[in-house]
Amino acid sequence: MSTIKITADGRELGAEKGEFLLGVLRRNGFDLPTLCHNDQVSPDGRCRLCTCEIRWQQGGRSRCVVSCLYPVDEGLIVETKSENVMLVRKTILELLLARTPEAEGLPELAAEYGITRSRYGADTDFGKCILCGLCVRACKEVVGVEALGFWMRGTSKVVGPAFLEPSPVCIGCGACAFVCPTGHIVMTEKGDERKIWGKTFKMEKCAKCGRYYAPKFELEWMSKVTGVTYEKLEVCPDCR
Amino acid sequence: MDFKALQGKSRQEYKKRLGSDKPVIYVGAATCGMAAGAGELLKMLPQELDALKVNADVVRVGCIGPCCLEPLVDIQKPGKPRLSFHTVNPRKLKTILEDYLVKDNPHPELALGIVGEGRLDGIPNLFDHQMLKGQVRIALRNCGHIDPNRIEDYIARGGYTALEKALKMAPEQIIDWVKKSGLRGRGGGGFATGKKWDSVRNAEGNIRYILCNGDEGDPGAFMDRSVMESDPHSVIEGIIIAAFAIAWQKAPAEGFFYVRNEYPLAVRNLLIALDQARKNGFLGKNIMGSGFDFDVKINRGGGAFVCGESSALMRSLEGRVGEPRVKYIHASDKGLWEQPTNLNNVETYACVPEIINKGADWFASIGTKGSKGTKVFSLVGKVNNTGLVEVPMGITLGEMVHKIGGGIKNSKKFKAVQTGGPSGGVIPENMINLPVDFDELTRVGSMMGSGGLIVMDEGDCMVDVALYYVKFLEEESCGKCVPCREGLRRMKQILKRITEGKGAIEDIDTLEELGRAMELGSLCGLGQSAPKPVLSTINYFRQEYEQHIKEKRCYAGVCTNLISFMIDPEKCTGCHLCEVHCPSNAIKGEKKKPHILNQEVCIKCGICYDVCRDDAVIKR
Repeated sequence: MSTIKITADGRELGAEKGEFLLGVLRRNGFDLPTLCHNDQVSPDGRCRLCTCEIRWQQGGRSRCVVSCLYPVDEGLIVETKSENVMLVRKTILELLLARTPEAEGLPELAAEYGITRSRYGADTDFGKCILCGLCVRACKEVVGVEALGFWMRGTSKVVGPAFLEPSPVCIGCGACAFVCPTGHIVMTEKGDERKIWGKTFKMEKCAKCGRYYAPKFELEWMSKVTGVTYEKLEVCPDCR
Repeated sequence: MDFKALQGKSRQEYKKRLGSDKPVIYVGAATCGMAAGAGELLKMLPQELDALKVNADVVRVGCIGPCCLEPLVDIQKPGKPRLSFHTVNPRKLKTILEDYLVKDNPHPELALGIVGEGRLDGIPNLFDHQMLKGQVRIALRNCGHIDPNRIEDYIARGGYTALEKALKMAPEQIIDWVKKSGLRGRGGGGFATGKKWDSVRNAEGNIRYILCNGDEGDPGAFMDRSVMESDPHSVIEGIIIAAFAIAWQKAPAEGFFYVRNEYPLAVRNLLIALDQARKNGFLGKNIMGSGFDFDVKINRGGGAFVCGESSALMRSLEGRVGEPRVKYIHASDKGLWEQPTNLNNVETYACVPEIINKGADWFASIGTKGSKGTKVFSLVGKVNNTGLVEVPMGITLGEMVHKIGGGIKNSKKFKAVQTGGPSGGVIPENMINLPVDFDELTRVGSMMGSGGLIVMDEGDCMVDVALYYVKFLEEESCGKCVPCREGLRRMKQILKRITEGKGAIEDIDTLEELGRAMELGSLCGLGQSAPKPVLSTINYFRQEYEQHIKEKRCYAGVCTNLISFMIDPEKCTGCHLCEVHCPSNAIKGEKKKPHILNQEVCIKCGICYDVCRDDAVIKR
C-alpha cells in the first residue's frame, strides 16, 4: 500500500492506493447516499446511489462509477455532485420510490434530492424490498450461513431462502432483519417463539435474568463454530 | 500420425471427393438448413438414390449463408462442377435427381450456381450471386464447403497450418502480429484483441484462463452459431493459438468454451471437433510436439441472455448466479476465479488462424482505418436476400441493404436499419451512406454489437420497435442494479402507454431523461446500452412518437389500438373472402354486395387486409 493523492470536488485528499473511493470520501466528510452499503459486508454496487463522476485529467473524458467499488489511484479527479451524478441519483431515487413507496427512509432520502412523488407511479407488490442484497451478504459473510439468496431474474427478482420455503440452515439470528435498510424483513417474537422467513424458532431463556434472548438453534450453531460451550452461551450478553 | 502425414492424407481424401468418380450430394445441414426442411431431404435421399439405382455419397455440410435460399442441395457429378440448387423441397429434389443426376439437364431455372471451379453452360458461379458477390470470407471461409464433423476436411483446406506455424513463433511475436492486424473483438465491445492478449500474458497469476464466448443471444443474430456449427475447428484452432500466445512459458493454461444450450447442433459439432483435435494431438499434452499443454472444456449456458456479458459469463462458469460485476479491475487481471482471463468471441478466434497464415498486413489491408478485416452480419428483416454475409468493414449500409440484401421486399419503402442487437440503435434512411464500422456506428448512436442487421420498411412503427426491444431487455435484465432493472420496466410501461394512444407529450422527455440516466448509471453493458433503441428512435423519428401521442395515429399501421380497418364499398366485390377469414365474425355481407365491418367486434388482426384481392380493405 502506498499513499496517494486524489482530488474530490476541488479538495485534495490523501488515500491508500487501491482502497475504495466511497471510504475515502466518507472519511473526509463527504456526504454520499447509499442504500446497499454497510461497512461490515463487502460492497456490491447494486443501488448505485454512490455514483460519482471521475476523470484523470482536468477537462478530460469523464465517466460515472460507483464509488463503493472503485479503487482509487494517484491523480484521480472526482466530482460527487456533478450534473450527471445528480441525474443518476435522482433517477434511481425516483425509480425506487415508485417501486417501494413504503420503504423506510426512502421518501426522506428522495426528498433531500427534491423528489416527493414519482412520475413512474407507485407499486404495491414489492413490499419494502429494494433488492439491495445487504441481507444476503450479511447472512453469508457475517453469519456464515448462506440461508438467503436472490431468486429469479430481472424484474421478477426476489430475496429469500431457497425456493422461498422455510430454510433448514437458517439459524434465526435476525442479522438480515437488522441490516435491512428499508424494514422489509420482518422478525416477530412472542413468548418463547421467534418467527422469521416463515420459520419458527424456539427461544432459550437466559440462565441468569430469565428473559428469552436467542433461538436454541442459533446458540447450538454458535457453540459449534466458535467452540464456546453451550452452557456459557446460555447466559445473555447483558448478564455475561 | 504426424501432421505432415495427416495433411497429406486429408488433402488426398478431399481431392478425391472433389474429383470423385461417384456422384457426391452435399446438403446444407446446419440449423438454418434443417429448419427449412433439409432433414426431410436427408431422410429421403437414400431411398430416392436406391430407386434410381445410383450409388452416390451424401455429405452433410454447414451453412454457406443465404438463408432465404435454404435448403441448399449441391450435386457434383463425376467430371462436372459442384452445382447448387436452392429452396429444394421433396418434389424439387426428385426432379433434380431424375433430371440432372440421372439424365443431364441442369435445370438452370432451379440451379443457383456453381460452387468452386468449373463451368456449366448458362449457370453462373455461386459467388457471383447478388448476395455473395460483395463478400470477403475470412471467418466463414470454410462454412458450407466442409463437413464440420470431419477434421480431415478442415485440414485439407489449410486447417491447423496456422497452429503449426504459431507454435514455432515466439508468443510475443504472435501477439505482435495480432496487434498489427488491427483485429478488434467481434462480440460487440470492439476491444483490440492483441492488446487484450498482451495484458493477460503479462498479468500476475498462476494460471491463464482462455475463454470463448459462444453465448450468442441477440434476437435475429446467428453469426456465431453458424461458425460453430459449420466450421468448429477454425474457432478451436484460434483458441489454441491464443492460449499459446498468452500462456507459453508464463503459466499453465486452461480453456472453456461457453456455448448456449439452445444451440444443440453447435454443442454437438464442437464436442466432436474437440475430440478429434485431441486425438490428432492439437489439444492435450505436448501439442504438436511443442511441449505446450492445453485443453478446452465445453460449458453449456443456462439460457440467460446476460451471461453473454463477460463478467456474468465468468460468474456463470464459476457456478454462481450469472450477474455481472463492475470491471474497474479488468478480467485480464482478475477474471475467472480471480485469475488472469482472456475472453474472446467465436468470430474473433475464427479470424486468428487466417491472420497467422496470411500475415497481419494482409488482414490490415481490409477494412477501414479503425476497424480492420471483415465482419459477419446477419442481414434480416424486410430485405429480399436474408442470411449471413461477411463483408469488409467500411461497406455502406446502402450497399448492404440494396446490393447484398437485394433491396426491400415487396417494393416497399426503406425506412431504417437496426444494428447491434436488442440494445443497438436505429439508423434512419438518410444515413444510408454511413460506412459500417465500430466507430461510425457508435457515433450515430447505435453500435456494432455482435452483428445483427435488421432492415425495416415503411410498415414498421418505430415506437413499436422500441417497445419490442425494451420488452426483450426487461425480460433479460439480471436485476442486479436499479437503473437497468427498474428503468427498463418503466420504459416499457411508458412505451406501451404511447402505443395504446394513452401517452402524454411529457413522456418523450421522461424517456430521454431516464435513458440518459440508465446509460450513465447502469452496471454492465446491457443496462448501459439498453436505452439505445428508445433514444435513437426518439432522436431520428420523434414525429412518430408525437403522432402516437397527439394525433393518436400510428401511420405505419402497427399499433392496434390506434388503427382501424374499413371496407371501401366502391371497391368491395362481395367475394366473401374477408368474411370467411375473419376470426371474430366482424365482417358480414351478402354475395356480390359490399360487405360491412363491425368496428365493435373487430380485433384488428389485419387478416381481411391481407386476404382482400381488390384492395377494398382500408387500414388507417
